[in-house]
Amino acid sequence: MPDSLEPTLRNATIAVLVENEAGILARVVGLFSGRGYNIESLTVAPVDADRRLSRITIVTRGTDMVIEQIKAQLDRLVPVHKVSDLTLEGPHIARELALIKVVGKGEARMEALRLADAFRARVVDATIESFVFEMTGAGEKLDAFIALMRPIGLAEVSRTGVVAIARGPGGFEA
Amino acid sequence: MSATLQTAETRTMTGAEIVLQALKDNGVEVIFGYPGGAVLPLYDALFQQNAIRHILVRHEQAAVHAAEGYARSTGKVGVVLVTSGPGATNAVTGLVDALMDSIPVICLTGQVPTHLIGNDAFQEADTTGITRPATKHNYLVKDIRKLASTVHEAFYVSKSGRPGPVVIDLPKDILIGKGPYSEAPQAPHRSYRPQTEPDMASIRAAVRLLKGAKRPIVYAGGGVINAGPEASRLLGDFVRMANMPCTNTLMGLGAFPSEDPQFLGMLGMHGTYEANLAMHGCDVMLNIGARFDDRVTGRLNAFSPNSKKIHADIDPSSINKNVKVDVAIVGDAGAVLKALIECWQAEEQPQDQAAIAEWWRAIDGWRGTGCLQYRQEGSIIKPQHAVKRLYEITREMGHETFITTEVGQHQMWAAQYFGFQKPNRWMTSGGLGTMGYGLPAAMGVQIAHPDALVIDIAGEASILMNIQEMGTLAQYRLPVKVFILNNEYMGMVRQWQELLHGSRYSESYSEALPDFVRLAEAFHARGMRVTEASQLDDAIREMIAHPGPVIADIAVAKDENCFPMIPSGAAHNEMILAPGQEGGVTGVTDEGKVLV
Ligand SMILES: Cc1ncc(C[n+]2csc(CCOP(=O)(O)OP(=O)(O)O)c2C)c(N)n1
Ligand SMILES: [Mg+2]
Repeated sequence: MPDSLEPTLRNATIAVLVENEAGILARVVGLFSGRGYNIESLTVAPVDADRRLSRITIVTRGTDMVIEQIKAQLDRLVPVHKVSDLTLEGPHIARELALIKVVGKGEARMEALRLADAFRARVVDATIESFVFEMTGAGEKLDAFIALMRPIGLAEVSRTGVVAIARGPGGFEA
Repeated sequence: MSATLQTAETRTMTGAEIVLQALKDNGVEVIFGYPGGAVLPLYDALFQQNAIRHILVRHEQAAVHAAEGYARSTGKVGVVLVTSGPGATNAVTGLVDALMDSIPVICLTGQVPTHLIGNDAFQEADTTGITRPATKHNYLVKDIRKLASTVHEAFYVSKSGRPGPVVIDLPKDILIGKGPYSEAPQAPHRSYRPQTEPDMASIRAAVRLLKGAKRPIVYAGGGVINAGPEASRLLGDFVRMANMPCTNTLMGLGAFPSEDPQFLGMLGMHGTYEANLAMHGCDVMLNIGARFDDRVTGRLNAFSPNSKKIHADIDPSSINKNVKVDVAIVGDAGAVLKALIECWQAEEQPQDQAAIAEWWRAIDGWRGTGCLQYRQEGSIIKPQHAVKRLYEITREMGHETFITTEVGQHQMWAAQYFGFQKPNRWMTSGGLGTMGYGLPAAMGVQIAHPDALVIDIAGEASILMNIQEMGTLAQYRLPVKVFILNNEYMGMVRQWQELLHGSRYSESYSEALPDFVRLAEAFHARGMRVTEASQLDDAIREMIAHPGPVIADIAVAKDENCFPMIPSGAAHNEMILAPGQEGGVTGVTDEGKVLV
């Protein structure tokens, strides 16, 4: 097949509002593994205790047809209230939080602090030979910071995965 | 129960009683099951009532297939009851079968008491974990206050939208404990509300395309059957009103009458020449309640290359899954057909009658090849002939006939040579292709239709996969007829080996078969063996006339292949029509060989 006919892949950030019940995460994850869709990132947490709702944010990648499939497949799960393709439905904000541990002494330590400052990462723990930085931002920004820390003494990274929300007054009601 | 003193909402019962009450309130009259430790409280409650009949099967897989047969022949939800652990795992094949064919089934599974869950207790299995991808939805009930509402919800989920199997896992302490009973809620479901009424803009777009078509075709599937008999009636009305040819999928047989002159037969891998060529050559295709399955489309990039496609389905995830369509209609097949008919009548644009007449001439040309012709010569019975005679004789005798099948060549011959004039008369395992489906499914059909003629068209290999159900037939005096097309081969496997693997018949010979006559007799049934073509008609009449269950072992030609055939990975217009033409199969690509 000539390259031009190769279907193009795109990223999609999908928000899913679900009943907060046992097994729902297994259903969503099982759907992705069972049908061979890929998950770049997945986050989940309760968002409305009174109405027992949780929100799942999934970043996935595929052709338009596959992403349509993913949304339709998610939507037909019984405990799913609503599915929204934030990437398609207008501007949205996507954020991720990372905790980044950097170990080192002397000049490396100073360099880590300077870069952290430039990236607006906060120091949330410090010893004479280490820092833990907390940083929130778009995934690429986190990637860039982590890459800079690597030669300096990157020891450990923990990331939340992406959470996202549409811009503007529009809501995402069940 | 003193219903006069207490309203239903405040009644307190044991969990087992709650389950039975909820089944009754949902119209259940019969359940198919098999007991065990975890479900003893339910069996005890069953013993003390008469409203629900329990049919004791011989294997839990068969319980699910029986419930499927019951559901498919009645349009009601089929209900299954099995114990924890092995009871539940044995049911899994049936559940996946029902999932693939969109059959409404509820399976109640026993579970170890809640405090033991996760401890590897005796006969514990993670039933909700195992059945999650095997069901439309499943529940583990951990709070007796939610038991009644869970059962009611399971019925709603199982039968609404695209139907499917639902598991309710019931820990033993929940069945024994006491709790309140509540009736089915009137309020709509919190999250699951599938769209059944089509959007009118898409209906109008479809009608405009269809009215302007020069070479239209209607391709109807199991969704029309699932939508109820009225949908099939509307399909007939629409097809005749629009003077279009109609083809049915394997799952859709009976949705449009086979004897109608506008019927092209089944399409797909073993479909008719005329159906497949019409699909290939059409300019507008209306798919209603079918899912562009790989058995139907053949090679996707060569599938109906020049047509505009309209797809109506109740499940939005079926649309644009395999084939990109031009008009998508989400809705119940009956509602869609009703809307299409109304819109068709209101739309002024005339059809191009001349073009359509020419289209019919092309179709008649393809019909002229007589792709289902065979020659019955000599004394060896051709399997096609056996099915054809079975059809003709049941038709002559005027019996209300229900057909189930196992899986293999005999299944395809049944689909090709047995005609169905009404929906809900044909039950076959289409999506999963489960050998061992037919006998238990026939059992479920016969329970629902005690006076009807119910025949399982079987292969000698498949029938052995649930042969134990002959015991159930005997116990409940179910006069099911098992009509075995005995070719002494796993014929469909042998056919693929012949055509694609150099005739190396690896493990596909049915060695050491039982004596089916004595096997029938051992199960208190009538056994017959037929080896001569000249005996066939009398044997069929005798089988039908016998008041009890029968196994008719029909010795058929051993090396017959099922044609027409579109080899895997080929296009509709690359079909093999007849023996001798298999040379064409050497053209199967490596890509095709990978396909199932
Ligand atoms: C449970 C199961 N195992 C294996 C298969 C693969 N399979 C499909 S058809 C077939 C042979 C069936 O033989 P028989 O019942 O004699 O039917 P025939 O094709 O000879 O008519 C096999 C093994 C299947 N469909 N189901
Ligand atoms: Mg066979």
